[in-house]
Amino acid sequence: MVGTRAFDTECTHLQRQGQLALWVPSVGQEGCQVGLGRAAEPQDHIFPAYREHLVAKIRGVDFVNLAAQFRGLTHGGWDVTDPANGNFHLYTLVLGAQTQHATGHALGQLLDAKRAAADTRLDPGEAGTATGEATMVFYGDGTTSQGDANESLVFAASYQTPQVFVVQNNRWAISVPVARQSRTPLYRRALGFGIRSVQIDGNDPLAAYAVGRRFLDLARTGHGPGYIEALTYRIGAHTTSDDPTRYREDGELEHWQERDPIKRLEAYLRTLGVEDAFFAEVWESADREAKRARDAILNLPAPTADSMFASVYSEPHPRIEEQRAWLERYESSFEGADGTKRGSDQ
Amino acid sequence: MAADDRVILMGEDIGPLGGVFRVTDKLQAEFGSARVLDTPLAEAGIVGSAIGLAMRGYRPVIEIQFDGFIFPAFNQIVTQLAKLTNRHDGTISMPVVIRVPYGGHIGAVEHHQESPDAYFAHTPGLRVVAPSTPNDAYWMIQQAIQSNDPVLFFEPKAKYWQKGEVDPSAAASPLHQTRVARPGTDVTVVGHGAMVTTLLQAAEIAGTEGTSIEVVDLRSLSPIDYEPLLASVRKTGRLVVAQEAQGGVSLGSEIAAYVAEHAFYSLQAPVLRVAGYDVPFPPARVEGLYLPDADRVLEAVDRTMHY
Repeated sequence: MVGTRAFDTECTHLQRQGQLALWVPSVGQEGCQVGLGRAAEPQDHIFPAYREHLVAKIRGVDFVNLAAQFRGLTHGGWDVTDPANGNFHLYTLVLGAQTQHATGHALGQLLDAKRAAADTRLDPGEAGTATGEATMVFYGDGTTSQGDANESLVFAASYQTPQVFVVQNNRWAISVPVARQSRTPLYRRALGFGIRSVQIDGNDPLAAYAVGRRFLDLARTGHGPGYIEALTYRIGAHTTSDDPTRYREDGELEHWQERDPIKRLEAYLRTLGVEDAFFAEVWESADREAKRARDAILNLPAPTADSMFASVYSEPHPRIEEQRAWLERYESSFEGADGTKRGSDQ
Repeated sequence: MAADDRVILMGEDIGPLGGVFRVTDKLQAEFGSARVLDTPLAEAGIVGSAIGLAMRGYRPVIEIQFDGFIFPAFNQIVTQLAKLTNRHDGTISMPVVIRVPYGGHIGAVEHHQESPDAYFAHTPGLRVVAPSTPNDAYWMIQQAIQSNDPVLFFEPKAKYWQKGEVDPSAAASPLHQTRVARPGTDVTVVGHGAMVTTLLQAAEIAGTEGTSIEVVDLRSLSPIDYEPLLASVRKTGRLVVAQEAQGGVSLGSEIAAYVAEHAFYSLQAPVLRVAGYDVPFPPARVEGLYLPDADRVLEAVDRTMHY
């Protein structure tokens, strides 16, 4: 939690220095992210939105790769198929699109289990099949208004997919409060789809861990989907492009800063007898790691012009090849006597 | 489906009903409800779930019931399906086939006969094809399923009831290959899907009047295989592009521009477009005025011949 916050702060600074095009802070939401991230087993798959920096870290994704997209170097950042990245899928910027990919993926897990059992039937709403793995998908309170997020609940309920929906209710969809989005607590919406749901204190990592384990276990063992609404608060801005002082009431931030998940966990650990030296070391190592990440982000190589064309299709495509060749010829026409080329970042 | 057990069918009413056009008739009985999935009535959910299945290694073939209903899924197709291989630096493929019954000629109600093909041909990352013969329908769907890229498979509704020869033993043409459907020497006319039948009718009539029309069937709308078309234009010196969809900012516009750029000195007349008017697809009782027929094609042929 502390490491992620330090990294987060570095990235906000990098954006202010013009080194990142945008940053999406997760400050204040580390509690539910660490609990839920730790609750998943290695074989589980996780589909994030774009603010789940701590979940990414837990699954093995390097912070540096996480920032590459925001530096304008890639639309991805890490190899989802590399086991080192812990089945952590790419960030999705179109709100809610990933809820459906997660549901399809969980349906695939279910179909895999059925194939293994030579079961050719898939009846609507049938009691689940134990799959031994689950899919977890993250989104925010604003996304609960999107059609895609609601359709994914319909599909998950219909096929009883082994998945857990996690809504981090940080109270604000950019400047629109959750009250503008929903007349009912969000977890109660899931009940209307026939999906078990619970609302948790998202600033309590232990609660998040316990409930996350329970729901993921139920999904893996054939008891269908679940839905967790984690009540938390976005202490920072939605992104580095907005200014929360324009839309938040006085005193609200201070109220939530007192309930900061890091402060709360520290207070709890102190009651268990953990001493100052431990906390000092945590903050120091977080600072070191954040600085390492900052330097590495600044040294990430710019993509080559050719990379634009490299993976638009999986199979050869004549127009792409034609345009790739044209750009290569055009760029080489600028080659100087010293062999230098014009480049995307040179 | 028999050849590859990773092929999964999904769509509304494709199970016991066999699809509204009965294209998937009896497949659920043969392969089971875990491979032929009747889905909830939600197009975005169908496409979005297919994307997740593809990430899991499946090869989903999904049915959008009617052309006009593809738009609720437009976001999933254009911002997700088309881009995910690129976003993953090629480490994953998106072998999803989206079957779309499209086009007019069946006298249906609003949203049940449209031609949204150009929206998808405009989108990098997608492949778009449309068969015009039973033989192509037989082969091209199999090739589309084998493709590791997402394929929009536009099925001309007008052709569902037309019979024709299928040769399962002959070697299939490559999926993205233009076909000369009828050779000729005076004018090239090009189209796809049900339009090819109209073009062949026009060629037949023109032949009796002494004009030799070469009919070119695009088959693939993205990528377009331009070489056979350019070869035809270099031979005839004249080109008429015909399509059911609206003419403005369309496939016809793209073809006209490309041919002008690559065969300018062969052209003896401007490239002409015969297309749907730039209006929403009209009520069925006037679709006969909207859809290009052989007469409108021949009118354009006359104009280009007398230019």
